[in-house]
Amino acid sequence: MSTPLLRVEALSVSIDTAEREIRPLDEVSFELNEGETFVLLGESGCGKSMTALSLMRLLPEGGHITRGSIELQGHDLCAVTEAEMRAVRGGAIAMIFQEPGTSLNPVLTIGTQLNEVLSLHRQLEGRAAFAEAERLLNAVGIPDAARRLGEYPMQLSGGMKQRVMIAMALAGDPRLLIADEPTTALDVTIQAQVLTLLAELQRSRQMGMLLITHDLGVVAQVADRVGVMYAGHLVEIASREQFFAAAAHPYSRKLFEALPEGRRDAGPLATIPGSVPPLDKVFTGCRFADRCPHKYERCDIEPPAWHIAPEGQQVRCHLYDPAEKVDRTSTQEAKPEIRSSNEEPLAQTETPLLEVRNLRVHFPIKRGLLQRTVGCVKAVDGIDFSLHAGKTLALVGESGCGKTTTGKALLNLIPANDGDILFRGTRLDPNRPQNWQAARKQLQMVFQDPFGSLNPRMRVAEIIEEGLIALGLEPERSARRTRVEQIVQQVGLRADMLDRYPHEFSGGQRQRIAIARALAVSPRLIVCDEPTSALDVSVQAQVLNLMRDLQQQLGLAYLFITHNISVVEYLADDIAVMYLGRIVEYGPARAVLNTPQHPYTQALLAAAPRIAAGTQSKIISATAVQGDLPSAAKQPSGCHFHARCPRAEARCHVESPELAPCKEGQWVSCHFVQHVGEPKPS
Amino acid sequence: MMPVLLISDVLLFVLIALTVTGLVFAARREPIRRAWRNVLSDPIAMAALAVLMVFVTGAILDSLHFRRALPPAAVVAPAATTAPASTMTSAKTYYSVEVESLLDVALGDPRARREKSYSAPFAHTLFERQSVDLGDGRRARQYPRLKYGAAQLKDPEHDKASDIASRAAWGVTAALGCVCVMGLLIGGGIARRHRIPLRVALHRLCEGETVLAWRAFLASSTILLVVLVPLLFLSMHYHVFGTDRVGNDLFHYAFKAMRTALLIGTLTSLVTLPLGIGFGIAAGYIGGWVDDAVQYIYTVISSIPYVLLIAASVLLMQVVIQSHDAWFDTAAARADARLVSLCLIIGAISWTSLCRLMRAEALKLRELDYVQAARAFGVTPLSIMRRHILPNAFHIVLITLVLDFSGLVLAEAVLSYVGVGVDAATISYGSMINSARAELARDPMVWWQIATAFVFMVSLVLAANLFADAVREAFDPRGQGATRRRLRRRPA
Amino acid sequence: MIAYLLRRLLWAIPILLGVNLLLFALFFIVNTPEDMARAHLGVKRVSAESIARWKSERGYDKPLFINTAAQGSKRLTDTIFFDKSVRMFALDFGQSDEGRNINHELGTRMWPSLALAVPSFLLGLAIAISVALLLALARYTAFDALTTVACVVMMSISGLFYIIAGQFIFSKLLAWVPISGYQPGLDAVRFLILPVVIGVMAGIGSSVRWYRAIFLEEMGKDYVRTARAKGLSELRVLFGHVLKNGMIPILTGVVVVIPTLFLGSLISESFFGIPGLGSFTIDAIQSQDFAIVRAMVFIGALLYIVGLILTDISYTLVDPRVRLQ
Repeated sequence: MSTPLLRVEALSVSIDTAEREIRPLDEVSFELNEGETFVLLGESGCGKSMTALSLMRLLPEGGHITRGSIELQGHDLCAVTEAEMRAVRGGAIAMIFQEPGTSLNPVLTIGTQLNEVLSLHRQLEGRAAFAEAERLLNAVGIPDAARRLGEYPMQLSGGMKQRVMIAMALAGDPRLLIADEPTTALDVTIQAQVLTLLAELQRSRQMGMLLITHDLGVVAQVADRVGVMYAGHLVEIASREQFFAAAAHPYSRKLFEALPEGRRDAGPLATIPGSVPPLDKVFTGCRFADRCPHKYERCDIEPPAWHIAPEGQQVRCHLYDPAEKVDRTSTQEAKPEIRSSNEEPLAQTETPLLEVRNLRVHFPIKRGLLQRTVGCVKAVDGIDFSLHAGKTLALVGESGCGKTTTGKALLNLIPANDGDILFRGTRLDPNRPQNWQAARKQLQMVFQDPFGSLNPRMRVAEIIEEGLIALGLEPERSARRTRVEQIVQQVGLRADMLDRYPHEFSGGQRQRIAIARALAVSPRLIVCDEPTSALDVSVQAQVLNLMRDLQQQLGLAYLFITHNISVVEYLADDIAVMYLGRIVEYGPARAVLNTPQHPYTQALLAAAPRIAAGTQSKIISATAVQGDLPSAAKQPSGCHFHARCPRAEARCHVESPELAPCKEGQWVSCHFVQHVGEPKPS
Repeated sequence: MMPVLLISDVLLFVLIALTVTGLVFAARREPIRRAWRNVLSDPIAMAALAVLMVFVTGAILDSLHFRRALPPAAVVAPAATTAPASTMTSAKTYYSVEVESLLDVALGDPRARREKSYSAPFAHTLFERQSVDLGDGRRARQYPRLKYGAAQLKDPEHDKASDIASRAAWGVTAALGCVCVMGLLIGGGIARRHRIPLRVALHRLCEGETVLAWRAFLASSTILLVVLVPLLFLSMHYHVFGTDRVGNDLFHYAFKAMRTALLIGTLTSLVTLPLGIGFGIAAGYIGGWVDDAVQYIYTVISSIPYVLLIAASVLLMQVVIQSHDAWFDTAAARADARLVSLCLIIGAISWTSLCRLMRAEALKLRELDYVQAARAFGVTPLSIMRRHILPNAFHIVLITLVLDFSGLVLAEAVLSYVGVGVDAATISYGSMINSARAELARDPMVWWQIATAFVFMVSLVLAANLFADAVREAFDPRGQGATRRRLRRRPA
Repeated sequence: MIAYLLRRLLWAIPILLGVNLLLFALFFIVNTPEDMARAHLGVKRVSAESIARWKSERGYDKPLFINTAAQGSKRLTDTIFFDKSVRMFALDFGQSDEGRNINHELGTRMWPSLALAVPSFLLGLAIAISVALLLALARYTAFDALTTVACVVMMSISGLFYIIAGQFIFSKLLAWVPISGYQPGLDAVRFLILPVVIGVMAGIGSSVRWYRAIFLEEMGKDYVRTARAKGLSELRVLFGHVLKNGMIPILTGVVVVIPTLFLGSLISESFFGIPGLGSFTIDAIQSQDFAIVRAMVFIGALLYIVGLILTDISYTLVDPRVRLQ
């Protein structure tokens, strides 16, 4: 392999906007060989996507390549005309994007959109194009391809749409496939399917693949080589083995340490102070210097050059300059003491803080001339669980399984159709507001999107004191202010931030404000709806640390709603796995994670990308679970999971299994699990 | 002198008070202040603002009404006929039925300047020949001299050009003086605010490097002053825009029409805002039957063609005013009642579009997490609507207001043409166009009336549209740079 | 989908009822027939007899809702409400206050109105969309900026000025077309050409700006990036992808006015002396003929509702997301 498939040399990009010039890429160089997968890794705002777009010369309005070259099979793409470039796009280089939901044209059929590529790059028309399109859809694993060609994107699920995107990318027979966060918007089981598909296609077609991700787990699964990006710079290039054995750059190492995966009993997660610097700034030294634990004088003055680290990877850090003699191995903080863990949280005898019995939330479906209710979406279909003071119950499941609805129903934000919610043993009656008003002091919620959960027109102080006023706590103004100041300091913000507006804060800070708002009324239980899923991994670590500290200090209980297994591993005492509105497995965290009994739990755990895989040789695991999550409006009969279950039998199609205890200590609803007790009466 | 408060004056001052309160409130809220800073840092918006300020000043001056006290001799006191009351008459003053405004005082008494009929701009004679008694019994058809226009000149044919030039030169000088004062004031303000020397502030002002686009404001004011001040000087001795069919000075009329245009454009909002905001938010946030009812009401109203519904309502209102003549003590009060009711009718019909937008926004905001968080605290629906929905939907109110303004000014002209606009006694651009239209067939043409209306109306509407664009751009979170985008020039 | 459309059709019934009741209230309760008679005959010095005669000639002398003097079903039908409001549902508009048959007038005056309104509408739409597409293609260039500014200027000028300037230039100075008037048949072209051009001019500024904003918003969407990444040229992206998506919001504003084209244009018909429904309405307003105004308002609302239903139908044709729900 003399010439690489793609060689990027000192690529720099700038974007002019009305206010300022942004330089999202600065001197980025890397190579990519035929049949190789090169992964660009980094947090948001580091220039990963911009790299991909500049390779296609599809920069946003006002953006342009200021210097450097992009050579594809020896041809400089920066030098060709726009018309020649169009032949490359979709031909030699194809690209798939993050959001399959919006990346397909909603008003054109799948067939039309595929045929565009076929006629443009392969001159296929009519019947030949149709046959080829069908073949492509088959190749990406879409069943019933001929019918799908006549359908519109809205008729497909998210995973299917991403498969169509992949088919469209393949239609031009590309040599290089660029995949920009192709699985970020997908559920974990679907993500596994799509990653497997991409890896298979790449191997069979010997394409080069440039994959962009923020997820170390994905890197571990598919990468041959890794490039770590930070603030418009590549800071480390390594083979997968080198990278996972010993990441060299301080930033890369921090990314590893911030991961909650497998760190249940370890102390707080490592965090990176601060955030990615804005890219309109002129840098004098190393871009990571301000956040780096190893920073010394040279880092501020001189931008580092490329050096070779001991494991053989290239790294852009002064520490690896042979001229320097620095001890770079010690991460300054000593490992904190091991947290004592509670082994059997389920066995507690005192009254649980929260008990939920047979909770049901159904949304009516209205159809026809008179809008009669013809059916309902059983978003939550009879679930039971309990939560003790000071504990964390994780509610795990894929999107649409009803976990958020459950959380909102607990706070009466969505009325429940049936079931009892007992708080400290007393039933919360939805028809008795005063009953709820008292419960609201005890029961609070933190939401997923840190940008949507704070009113942009209110000052931080007003946001935090809203609950105090509404619930009539601290009616006196100065006492209220003192309390608000106290709480803000408790979540790690400064009191002088109280008079600012939310837009002045970063995502992590906003999530702290949201937590402070919930804390203000001194609740006993906080429902956390994916509080870290919108955050970068280093910021996620900060928020998780904070939540754990608060729990220890205040004895809070958390109902933690998430799809992220590694977060669960870090934080949860108990786990409830939800599938289509029902709990399929429920028990102590350790038992559920180590010896999952339900096939769905097993599939979920298998599908979650793990960094542990990074040190092993690259294996494409056979996908654990097939198909999509069915819609909650058309629930399957019998066991909800039977259509996707590898073990399903005739019985599963008709008979719905009960949640019953099994010998490993958790409760499972599956016909194949040996139960040791009777199911709960419901 | 007796101050007179017409209904529209009261409403206008209420509106101004509300606006000022709103501005004070906005100044304390950083996000709103930032959006306004964006608006005012746009040079086009600032230039437009200068134009709008001329119109607003005109309107306010013209809203300070009063009735003059009549000289005692002229009073034919009804009380004088009865002997016992005669002692009272000397104490009681009588007031003219003619309502005047401060603007009339500033521009000179309109009645003193009324000619007989048409005269062209800067003319010294009437536009048409009239038969004149030559004094010796003979009559001749000739162009009679104007009573007021160029009356100070003995030999207008010869002296007029130089007279106009010298007066205009004085005007321009005065205007430039005003500009210098303004520049110093603005520069001084900047200097104080940023604690920099005046010299530096003036330099920044000239280079256009101030945060707000003061340079554009100053440039636009310069043009306005250099045009308007000389015209004002000249209008003391000439009809600078000519006169209309009954000899009214059109320069004066063009300024009087400012008030009508602004009233139509703004008073309407006194009706549309409460209805549109209240119903819209309630429908969107509460949903259920409230939503159904509100949707029903606005679909019914908006399904009727706009002009026709206004026409129908105004026809009926006209009948009411006609049959209750006794309510109004002066002609001005009657004309004013008609203007106000026109505004109210337009408002009662056009709140639906704002309501629809607010409903859609409330529906969207209702699902946002911060509203959910407030509900989780048990905050009452009313305070959620007030604290969370309204402030976050308010940009829509503002954008609708500024966008509607220009539409309403244009609509006034059409309505006046249809015959359902303002009272015949009310001076408006619509009525100016309407009366000019009839004369277009005349040869040679009477062009000045329509030209005056055109220039003033287009200035107002264009400035309003440009300003509205800037407001929309700054406040609409969605359309970032959708209409206009300032790209930096690339380094070569 | 059929159920959806049927539901929209059913929705129209209460709306029309509402319109009808609103009109009845406006014309007969807020404003009594007595007032109308006075408005017509002059406020002062009018005898009670002449008012009574005026009312009885036009059928305004009946009771509002219940005729206690009549027998049987006549108790309900021989009333102002039935005569003037209920009959409108059967599209029977009766006599104008001047005694003309309104239905007959509608039938004959509809054609000149359509002859003016339809070409203006189609031409205006075609030109506005083309210009907007051109601007979307040349976005953020000097051409775009200048055209957008020109649009703002054009929409800041009252429609009346366009008509006056047009008549002055093309009819009076150049004498290319007659200043006003109308003849049926092919001859109409001569009379219609100027009003059509002016109608297009007056409306184009705001529609170009609006369509341009729609297209630019579409151009920022993810699917456009996908289309470009396929290697499609900018023209094909615009026509193949953006246009079809952009048409959906455009349809909302456009289809709804199609039925109301029947009503004609108030202003230009009366300026150009075209004997359509627009000038009919204007004349009625100016002569305070309440019967005609009421009929026209009702027809306008009816047509608007038809427009709303047409909009729904057109959605299902263009947008698969609606069709497949």
